[in-house]
Parts: sequence; C-alpha cells; structure tokens
Amino acid sequence: MFTGFMVNTWIVATVVAVVAGTVGFFVVLRGSSFAAHAVPNAAFAGAAGANLIGASSVGGLLVFAIAGALGISFLSRRGRRDVATALAMVMMLALGALFLSFSNEYASETYSLLFGEVLGVSSSDLLPTAVLAVVAVVAVVLFWRLFLLTSIDPELADVRGVRTSRVELGFLVIVAVVTSMSVPVVGALLIFTLMIGPPAAARSFAADPFVAVLLAVCFSLATVWTAIALSYLTTMPIGFFVGALGATFYLAGRAHAVWSGKRVRAASTPLEKTLRSSMR
Amino acid sequence: MGGFWSHVVEPGFFQSQTVQVALLVGGVVAAISGVVGVFAVLRGQSFAGHAFGDISAAGGAGAFLLNISPLFGFLGMSLVAAGCMEAIGVRRVRGRDVATGVVLGAGLGTSALFLYFNTTLHSTSGAAISVLFGSLFAISTSTVPAVVASATGALAVVLLLYRPLLLSSVGDDIAASRGVAVRVTGAVFLMAMAATVALAAITIGAILSTALLVGPAATALRMTRRPSTAAVTAAVIGAAATWLGCLLAYDSYYWPPVDHGWPVSFCIVAVILISYLVVEAARSHRFRNASVRDGSEIRAAGVTPHLGAASDGGHDALGTSRTD
Repeated sequence: MFTGFMVNTWIVATVVAVVAGTVGFFVVLRGSSFAAHAVPNAAFAGAAGANLIGASSVGGLLVFAIAGALGISFLSRRGRRDVATALAMVMMLALGALFLSFSNEYASETYSLLFGEVLGVSSSDLLPTAVLAVVAVVAVVLFWRLFLLTSIDPELADVRGVRTSRVELGFLVIVAVVTSMSVPVVGALLIFTLMIGPPAAARSFAADPFVAVLLAVCFSLATVWTAIALSYLTTMPIGFFVGALGATFYLAGRAHAVWSGKRVRAASTPLEKTLRSSMR
Repeated sequence: MGGFWSHVVEPGFFQSQTVQVALLVGGVVAAISGVVGVFAVLRGQSFAGHAFGDISAAGGAGAFLLNISPLFGFLGMSLVAAGCMEAIGVRRVRGRDVATGVVLGAGLGTSALFLYFNTTLHSTSGAAISVLFGSLFAISTSTVPAVVASATGALAVVLLLYRPLLLSSVGDDIAASRGVAVRVTGAVFLMAMAATVALAAITIGAILSTALLVGPAATALRMTRRPSTAAVTAAVIGAAATWLGCLLAYDSYYWPPVDHGWPVSFCIVAVILISYLVVEAARSHRFRNASVRDGSEIRAAGVTPHLGAASDGGHDALGTSRTD
C-alpha cells in the first residue's frame, strides 16, 4: 500500500486534502457550495476539450475552471448568484458533452475524471500539483482578512469600500486552482465533497477561525487517507469513501453542536460570533 | 423557398418516431420544469434543484443494479435526498447551502459506488455518461406514460400550493402571519421539485434537468414580475427551447467537424443560455433608457396586487443581488 506508484498517490492526496480543507473553510463560511460544485464540473469539460485538441489536461482543467469562475461572476452581476452559478455550470457541462461527442472518448476515462482515479497519479503530476497548491494556500493567507470580512459581514465590507463582487471572483479563481490540481486524483465530483463536509464539521467544533481551518485540514486529511486505504483494500471507488466520510464528519459536527446546546443558527455559530466581534 | 425550408428543417424531421417522442416528452418535461423552476428561483433553491438531478442519477444506477425500473430508482433516490435535506435543515439560506452540499456529496459518493458495481458486475461502464448527459433521442417509449403522469402529478401539487408558496417565497414571516404553514409548504414543495427534477433527469439527463429548471424560469422572471405570467412564460420558453434544440441537433448531422450529430443537450442548453442573455441585455437597455427619461429609479411592482404592503419584500424576492 505504501510502495511504488502508491507513494505518489499518498503525496498528492495529502496535498489536495490540506488545500481543500483550507479553501473549503471559506467555501462553507461564504455559502459558496454551489460554486464549489460548479467550478469542478466546468473543469471536467476542460479536460474533455484538452483531450480533443491534444493539449495537456491540467492546462485544460485550469482554463475551463477559471472560465467557469468568470462566467459565474459575470452572470451574477445582474441576477441571483445561485441562478448565475446554475447557468454557467450547465453551459460548461454542455460544452463537455459536445467535446466528448467529438472525441469518442472511452467511457472509463470520463468516469475517472468524474469520480477520481487513485492509482493514476504519475510522477510528472507531482510538480504541477505542488505549484498550484502553493499558489492557492498563499492566496488564501494573503486575502485572509478580506475573505473573512466579506463572508461574515458583507455590509461592513461595503462600508469600508471593499468591492465584494471582485473578492468573490478572486475567491472563485482560487477554487478553480484547487479544482484543477485535484480533479486528476479525486475527480470532479469529489473535490467538491472534500471542500464541504470536513470544513462544515470543523465549523461546529471551533470558535476561532485559525483553529477551524486547522480542524478542517485534519478532518479532510483523515477523510482522504482513510478513503485511499479503504479504496486500495477493497478496490471500491475512492469517491464513495470520500462522500460517505464527508457526510459522517458533517453529521458528527451537527450532533456535537446539538449536544452541547449550541444550535447552529445562521449568524450565531460561536465561530461567527467571535469573527463578528473582532471585525467591528 | 422550399429549398430554404428543407435546409432549416432537414427532410424527415417530423416523420422520425424518435423525434416525435423527443418533442412530446421533452416539451412536457420542459414546460413542467419551467413552472416548478419559477418557484425554485424565487425561493433561491436552484442548488437543491440541481442536486436532485445528480443524486437521482445515483438512484438510476442503483435501479440498474437491482434490476428494477429506473423510474423508481430516480424518483426514490431523489425523494430520499429531499427528505434528508429537509431533516438536516434547508430552511435557512446559509445552512441550506451547506446541507444541500453535504447531501449532494453523499449522493455522488453513492453514485460512484453503484456505477462501480455496475461496471464490475454488469460491465456497463457507459452508464455514467448516459445518465449524466442523457439523450432526448434515446428515450424508451415504455416509460413515457409513467413519466408524463408523475410529472403532471408534481405539477398539480405545485399549483395546489400556488398561493402559500408565493407568500412564503416573499417572506416566511409574512406567510406565517397570514396563516401559511411555512415548514410544511416548504417541505412539500421540495418533494415536488425533487420528483420533477428526477423525471426530467431520467428522460433528458441531469445537465438538461438543471438547465430547464433554472434557465427558462430565470429568463421569464426577467420579463415579468407577475409570478403567474412568469410561470406560463417559463413553460413556453422551456418547451420552445427544447424543440428548437431538437431541430438544431437533428440538423447538426450535416455540420462540421464530425459526421455525426451534435449532442442534443448541448443544443438545448445553448438556446436556453442565449435566450437568457438576450432578455437580460434587452432589459438592461430598457432600464437604462427609462431611467434617463424619468430621471428616477424604476420601482419594482409588488409580487401580486394583494401584496402591496410587501412590495419591498417582493422586490427582494425577485431582485438582483441577495448576498445571503
């Protein structure tokens, strides 16, 4: 399990989990789950397109993921964000269907792009993944306060002259970067799960944003490592284990919140209270 | 003239039985999705609407595994997902986003598992693609009556709930003060939407089910602020886009770059998106002119004449930017 090609898998999956936990914390805080689902779907279309013209698949993923982010941002300037996200996503998926129909791609390759392929990580994937991971984490650290402010109190951000729509676009571009590095390993559908379940659970356990991000990273590492081990032992798809474990973590978080008497309410989780008071 | 039309409508379009079934089922599903979609958009539940499409596909894969009718698989899984979302709490907007995401993630995981079993036990790896992307031109005629009947049932539920739904879309407090059981209304609507989307997903694929739920409804709500007019408009736009898309897909056999047709899903989605963008451009053009002429901002009308006092809430429900 820890030899040969599996070493690459463990390295890449660990990097993906750390980045997904960090960025996912803000996905949950900002209520951007739909966008976090839409961008990987757009990236999937990019992989199909890159395959068609014989370009590198990471390049295709990146171009289409960022195009998806731009599309969402463009459409939501005049319309509800969820509608804009839905429209941008279906257009990208439709393009993906078009590219697939042109290239007569094997179904199994599509399957692995959607649901992930643990055993398919080659040594040449390591460098691009590491570079994109560093870019994403550095960006989150740089814009840390800005992201927190616009997530917790958009009105205060407005008053302070922050262009919230630009911040949202910047955030979506970061999601696009994370997506592009993760799709070859965990697949388009499951990077989404990794960005939602563990961070959502972390939010109910911690009151401090740094602690919450650390917890989110720990939970997502636990999810990914367990999923790889189980997938390796049972040959069942990694996607299933990531999905199931993500949901389990979330339910544990909810149970903890209920048990400790702190019903998670819209703007009054302990975390958001702390943040709100620190912002004022 | 005849030569021109034979280029627009390639010979044999209306004679083909595949096309007839596609036009009939596609039109019905699109119209019903449009009506349900108006409420999905008004209530800010596009994400849930999309999630049902993906999750019900897992049910389709499961049904294939158990060798039962895919219709039950799609419908059952989608309704279970709706129940989970309701139980976790999708009423608050922010919590709803995460709850929907977690249920969707679990659904996708299940989907991966079922497809894996299908691949290893039945060696049908194409299932993922046909379920996700679907094809209007590959509908099996045997499921048509059941699909149309269930979709009409879902539509009937939504129409029965028309008034309470509208009130609670404007604001839960207003609805509650007028005696609407907000929680029950929301739950029943979620179930009806789950059923509609599942039926759309089984006939036309998960991508198109989202496109037809959200696209025509959002377009219609840009054209009119009266919900009843918007519902009818959305149904018409949805059906028209589906038919135009079918026509384009049929014609595309003669288009480059390959000598087989373009996917019908792509054609329909493109028509829907273009119509949305055109209506949006026309609207912003009109608004700009109007505000220059009047020198004042256009005030939105209330959702219905009876809700005059709630016109600000109505503006918000239909409005442009709702951050939360």
